[in-house]
Amino acid sequence: MTSRQQHLTVAGPSGLPLSVHIEGDPDGPTVVLVHGYPDTHRVWDDVAAELAADHRVVLYDVRGAGDSGRPARVRDYRLEHLADDLTAVADAVSPDRPVHVVAHDWGSIQSWEAVTRPGAEQRIASYTSISGPCLDHVGHWARHRFARPTPRHLAQLAGQAAHSWYIVAFHLPGLAPLAWQHGLATRWDTVLRVVEGVSARSDRPAQQLAGDAVRGIALYRANMLPRLLNPGRRPTRVPVQTITLTRDNYVSPALTEGLERWAPELWRRTLATGHWGALLEKGTTVARMVREFARLHDGDASDASTADGGVRGGSGGRSPRDRLAAHHEGGTPLPRSPRRLVVLTGAGSGIGRATALAFADRGAELVLLDRDLESAERTVELAGLLGAAAHAYQVDVSDGPAMDALAAEVAAEHGVPDVLVNNAGVGHSGGFLETTEAEWRRVLDVNLWGVIHGCRAFGSLMAARGEGGHIVNLASAAAYLPSRMLTAYATSKAGVSMLSDCLRAELAGQGIKVSAIYPGIVNTNITRSTTFSGLDDSEQSAQRRRVSGLYARRNFPPEKVAAAILKAVADDRPFVPVTVEAKAGRLLGRLSPGLIRAAARLRMG
Amino acid sequence: MTTAPTTAESTAPKSTPPKSPPAFPYTPEDLDRFRELQQLAYRCAESVAEWLAPGVTEREAANRLRQELVRAGVQDFFHIPFAWFGDRTAFRHFRTPLQFFAGGRKLEEGMCFVLDCAPVVDGYTADIGYAGKVGDNPIWDMIAQDLREYRELILREVKARRPLNEVYGAVDALIAKHGYDNRHRVYPGRVIGHQVTKTVQRGPAGVNLFGFGVRTLQTLGRELVSERIQGRSPLWADGRSSQHPPTPGLWAVEPHLGFRDVGLKFEELLVVTEDDAYWLDDDLPHVRRWEQK
Repeated sequence: MTSRQQHLTVAGPSGLPLSVHIEGDPDGPTVVLVHGYPDTHRVWDDVAAELAADHRVVLYDVRGAGDSGRPARVRDYRLEHLADDLTAVADAVSPDRPVHVVAHDWGSIQSWEAVTRPGAEQRIASYTSISGPCLDHVGHWARHRFARPTPRHLAQLAGQAAHSWYIVAFHLPGLAPLAWQHGLATRWDTVLRVVEGVSARSDRPAQQLAGDAVRGIALYRANMLPRLLNPGRRPTRVPVQTITLTRDNYVSPALTEGLERWAPELWRRTLATGHWGALLEKGTTVARMVREFARLHDGDASDASTADGGVRGGSGGRSPRDRLAAHHEGGTPLPRSPRRLVVLTGAGSGIGRATALAFADRGAELVLLDRDLESAERTVELAGLLGAAAHAYQVDVSDGPAMDALAAEVAAEHGVPDVLVNNAGVGHSGGFLETTEAEWRRVLDVNLWGVIHGCRAFGSLMAARGEGGHIVNLASAAAYLPSRMLTAYATSKAGVSMLSDCLRAELAGQGIKVSAIYPGIVNTNITRSTTFSGLDDSEQSAQRRRVSGLYARRNFPPEKVAAAILKAVADDRPFVPVTVEAKAGRLLGRLSPGLIRAAARLRMG
Repeated sequence: MTTAPTTAESTAPKSTPPKSPPAFPYTPEDLDRFRELQQLAYRCAESVAEWLAPGVTEREAANRLRQELVRAGVQDFFHIPFAWFGDRTAFRHFRTPLQFFAGGRKLEEGMCFVLDCAPVVDGYTADIGYAGKVGDNPIWDMIAQDLREYRELILREVKARRPLNEVYGAVDALIAKHGYDNRHRVYPGRVIGHQVTKTVQRGPAGVNLFGFGVRTLQTLGRELVSERIQGRSPLWADGRSSQHPPTPGLWAVEPHLGFRDVGLKFEELLVVTEDDAYWLDDDLPHVRRWEQK
C-alpha cells in the first residue's frame, strides 16, 4: 500500500504471537481494525487504504486466523482472551494515547468485550461497531423481549432467530468442520458472490481458509451459550458508533434497539448493504464514518486523565470535542447523533418553521425551502439564534423540474439530506360541484404533486447514497375523515397517505424510512391562505377569518406537531396522528366506518 | 366551516346604527400630567433595571420598584408592580393568574427581565412595561429590535380607525411572520391593551385586591359596564367585544412577544382622538434604543 507499511509480531497475554500491520500517517490518530469470521486483516484493505491518508492504521489477525498464533483448545477462544489480545495490540502500538477501535462481525463481538471493561475509556477513545453486537447485551435484549412478548417483540425475536440458523449448525458436532474442509472453503468466493452479492478477493489459499474457518468455530462454541444464557451487565463510557447494515443476513437491525442503556454516548448510522458489502464495496463510506466519529472524540484520553485535576492538556491544543463543548456551554449536551442534514418544504411558516426550529435545537443543519423566500430566510435567522446552520431556497414544490434542479444544487452545496420533510401545502374548502378545475389543480399540484416531487428529487439522492434516511410527509386527518366540504383537500391528503405507505414498503430495503403525519386542527397560517369554492372575495375573507378564529381557539400549537415529527423520525413511526381529534377520528373510523361516512354529510370543515 | 352567508361575521356596518364615538375626554393639561407620570414610571423602572444584578429575586426587584415609585410621590397603583425573570418573561408554564406575581426566581447572567408598573397620582394613571437583559442574549436583541415594527403597525392601524380586534389580528399576523409567539394572550382576557382613565377618588388609596388597586377595580368595573352598554369594551382583545373602532381616550398598549424562553414587551399610552392617534410620548427608553441603532 504505502512505503510506511510495517509488520511486527506482538506477544499476546499468554505469549501467543499476534501478527500486526501498521500503515498510514505515523502522526495521525491511531485506528485499530479488528476483523471477523472467517476473515483476516485483509478484509479491511479498502477501509485501511482510505483511512491511511490521515490516520495511523493498525490491523492484526485475531488468534486462530491468518498469521497469528493458533491455540488448540476451545476455551482459549473465550472473549476475555480475545479482548486481552486487543489490549495487548493497543498497548504495543500506542502505549501513551488511547486508540480508536473499528470492528466487524466477530471482531466487533470481541471488541465489545474490551470496550465494556471498567476503565476502557482510558485506552479506547471511540468504538465503531459493524454488525457484531455484545453477546451480553443480546442476552438482555432477548430476555426483555421474552418477558414482554408483545407482537412486535416476538417478531423481533423470530427475525433474529431466522438470521441465526448457522449458529446452531456450528454447535453440532462435526458438521461445520466437515463442510469447510470438503468444499465450502474452495467455493467460499462463490458463496459470497451468490449469497452476499459481493465480489470476494482471494486473500489466502483455500487450504488456509479452511483451517482458519474450522478453528474459528471455537469462537461460537466458547462464547455463545454462556453469554446468551447468563448475560452480565456490561455498560461502557466509551463513545460508540454502530453502523447498521440494512441487508445483513446474520445480524438484524433490531438488535441495536435500546443499546443506549449500555452505551449512553451512542451514534447510530445506517448503510444500505450486506454483511460483507460494508467492507468490500462501501469501504470509502465506512472510512468516512470512522473518520467523522474519531475526529469528534480524538483527544478524549488526555481529557480523561487530567479531568480530575481540572487541567486540560495544552500541547495538543483544543480538540474538536472541546470546541464543541465550549460551543454548547449553555448546558446543551454533545451531539446525540451524527450531524444531520434536514430538508424542509414550506419552511417559512407554521408547522414547517416550527419543525425546522425543533431540528435546529437538536443541532441539525437545515435546508429550508419555501415559495416565499423572505419567510424562509426569516426561519434561517431564527435557526441561527438557536445555533444551527441553515440555508434558504425559493422554490415552488409543484414545479417538478425546478425541484429536481434544486435537489441537485442542494446535494452539490450541502450534501445528501438525511431527513426530508414534505410539509408545504395549501388549504381548500368547498363541495365537489362548486370546486372548479383550476382549484382542483392548485390543490393537487401543491399538496400531492409537491410531495411526489419532493420524494422523487431528494429520495433518489438518498437511495443513491445508500446510507438510508427518513422521509416525512405531512398528510392530514382529512385523509381518513371524509367531509363533503373538503373534497379536494381530503383527496390530495389521502393521496399523500397512500403514497407514504407504498413508498415505505419500496424504500425499506435501502434503509430509508417513511412517516406520514396526520396533524388535525393546528393553529397555523394555512387558514389565512385557504380558498373556498363558490364564495366571492369578501365572503372568502370573512370565511377565512372565521375559520382562522376557530383554529386559533382550538389553539394547538405547530410546535407540538414538530415534536411529533421528531419523534416519528427518532422512533421510525409510520403513521402519526397528532391532535386528539385526529386520534379519535382515526379510532372511530376503524370502529365504525359507517359513522364516519354519515358524519361526512355534515356541513363542517 | 359553513358556506351559509355570514353577514354577522363581516366587518360591514352592523344592523344596529353606528353610535357616534364619545368625545375625547382630556384637556392638554391632562395629557401633560399623564405624560409626566409615564416619564416618572419609566425613570423608576430604568433606575431599578440599572440596579439589577445576578442574584436578585423577582420579589426584591418588584419591591424596589414600588419603593422608588412611592419615594417619587406615587399615591396608589392601578396594579402592583410586577417583575419577571428568565423564561417567566415569556410566561412559560403559566397555569394560574397567581403566577404573574413576582416570585423567588433569581436573576442570572444572560437572563432577560421585564418590569411592569402602573402608578397613580391624583387620579392620573400610567402603565408601563420595561424589558431588559443582564449580559449577552442574542434572542433578546433580535426581538427588541423587531418590537419597533409593532409600535409602528399599531399606530398605523389605529389611525386608520380599524376595529380593535382587527388590529389585534394584524399584530398576530406580524408575530407569525416574525416567527414569535403572542404572549399577551396569556394576560387575563387575552388583552393587548386596555383603556386608562382618571380614577375616581373614592375608596382607600394604596389598598390592593388580587394585585389591582381598589380604586382601579371600581373604575374598571364601572367602565366595563358602561362601555358594554355602548357596544364597546375598555379591554382590547381579539374577540367580538373588541369589534369596534378605537374609542377616543387613552389606551395602555402592551404587545408582548416571546421566542423560546425570552419574552419582551413595551407598554405605553396611546392617545386616540376622534379622528387621529399618536403615542403620548416618544422620549422613552425603547424608542431611544431604536434611534441609537
